[in-house]
Amino acid sequence: MGDTVKRHGAETREPVLAAKDVVRRFGGLVAVNNVSFDVRPGEILGLIGPNGAGKTTMFDLLAGSILPSSGEIYLGGVPVSGEAAHRRIGRGLGRTFQIPRPLPNLTLIENVMLAAQGQTGEGLLANFLTPWRVAAEEKAAAKKAAELLELVSLTRLAHEPARVLSGGQRKLLELARVMMADPVIILLDEPAAGVNATLLEVIIERIRDINESGITFLLIEHNIDMVTRLCHRVLVMANGELLCEGTADEVARDPRVIEAYLGGAA
Amino acid sequence: MIDLVGYGAFFLTTALIFSLVTLGLNLQWGLTGLFNVGLAGFVAIGAYTSALLTTPDDPARLGGFGLPILIGWLGAMFAGGVAAALTGIATLRLRSDYLAITTFGVAVVVQLVALNAQKLTGGPFGIGFIPRPFGDLAETPLLFNLSNLAIVSAVTLAAYLALEHLTRSPWGRVLKALREDERAAISLGKSARFYRVQAFAVGGAIMALAGALQAHFTGFIAPDNYLSILTFQVWVMLIVGGSGSNAGAVAGSVLVWAIWAGSGALTSVLFTPEQQARAASLQIVAIGVMLCVILLVRPKGMFGERPRRARFGKRTKATASESGS
Repeated sequence: MGDTVKRHGAETREPVLAAKDVVRRFGGLVAVNNVSFDVRPGEILGLIGPNGAGKTTMFDLLAGSILPSSGEIYLGGVPVSGEAAHRRIGRGLGRTFQIPRPLPNLTLIENVMLAAQGQTGEGLLANFLTPWRVAAEEKAAAKKAAELLELVSLTRLAHEPARVLSGGQRKLLELARVMMADPVIILLDEPAAGVNATLLEVIIERIRDINESGITFLLIEHNIDMVTRLCHRVLVMANGELLCEGTADEVARDPRVIEAYLGGAA
Repeated sequence: MIDLVGYGAFFLTTALIFSLVTLGLNLQWGLTGLFNVGLAGFVAIGAYTSALLTTPDDPARLGGFGLPILIGWLGAMFAGGVAAALTGIATLRLRSDYLAITTFGVAVVVQLVALNAQKLTGGPFGIGFIPRPFGDLAETPLLFNLSNLAIVSAVTLAAYLALEHLTRSPWGRVLKALREDERAAISLGKSARFYRVQAFAVGGAIMALAGALQAHFTGFIAPDNYLSILTFQVWVMLIVGGSGSNAGAVAGSVLVWAIWAGSGALTSVLFTPEQQARAASLQIVAIGVMLCVILLVRPKGMFGERPRRARFGKRTKATASESGS
């Protein structure tokens, strides 16, 4: 994992991920308007804002699910704005979804193994031409997937289909799954949404553990307590624009943020 | 008795050829979720390609080239695979019902070309004198049918084993992921387009091989062999056998073909020759009724991909919900 962090510029303190003047229009609606920010190596950066602020659109732009109307996105210093979503994970960008998307009829271990990158066996002919190599990689992937399931406390369900999981467990599975790809940065979309207090503590602990291993996070979250406890810096978006940035305490006191959340009632 | 064995071999050969088509469809639909209702077109491409490559020279149309049957089969797989890959590329953005309409259109186009491009396909008269494996044995139907059954069985077994291997491979895992949630699979670095085209191509090649086997078994092909009823039959075979299961694809094909052939024999006994053309429709009714019964009794078919059994039974589910939100 250390190697990949180095590969993407942690040693040089180059931003792991950066948005420069990013705009996204849907017809006449400007969902993201001229947004620029950097995500620094090793930090947990929060992205907050009222509903409709453009946070998830920004996530989709960063992950490559949608392309910007203008502006540029850099991943490890490399411009990736025109690059498809499935290629960005190969550059070290992993994401989870607001509503978790486990593959319900695959077992947990299969779900996690699916995220392994560069598997020879994902090539059609390789399964016939180099079966021994495929088998060796599968064995290694299964071992790593089992370790990741242990990390998120889902070992005992490893061979169950993912559909038996509760909402919170699905979030943990997504975290394990994205970790399988050896990411440099993980985009977490509302990891606390719909999760009970006990499991939320587990999720917070795991994010902290993973961050301490050198992985950077950008997370969208409405749970301000979680943001305060986890995030080194916080960005605030409203009406598609970046309103301000600072520590959780600083942004909480910013009058523009209060107005954005309360609609001028404060 | 000998006649019965000979008919049994003939029946099984035809059923196994259908199994091959169903195995191709299972790869596309059962494993990847690609709604192909134009499979008759790919079967036709295989049959005509192999026929053109292997028949003796005919001044009335292009070819034949008189090549060995094996070359015809390989050529059929290549042509079917390329045609299916092109269809896959052209329909990359389409899902479910839109994909179905497009693939249906492809099959109609192929059938119309077969019907009208007389210089290429022989038009409505079709192509005859297609060389048959063990054609020297045609005078003794029992030996001929048994020999062909052996060949078709070997080809079907090879396709079955290869597909089983792929289904359990990382390649198969990606296809299943695309079937279940394409966006999630893409977020994990899998190119949906790349794998969709591959599934289309491999499935199309298998269907084309089946078309070629059928052509060389009967020795004659015509555009009427590739009407949409063929697509209907194969879909029923897969649904009855169980979508997602290669064993189900084979079992469903044999069962549905048995009912199809049996109901055909029954109508010929029960109805006068004048009524038999109309009575043939009862075959479709019989298959439709069976489909309804299967869907009611076993919605996932005989061997359909079952939900994996929880290892710890109820206890696991209980624990899962206890610790979850």
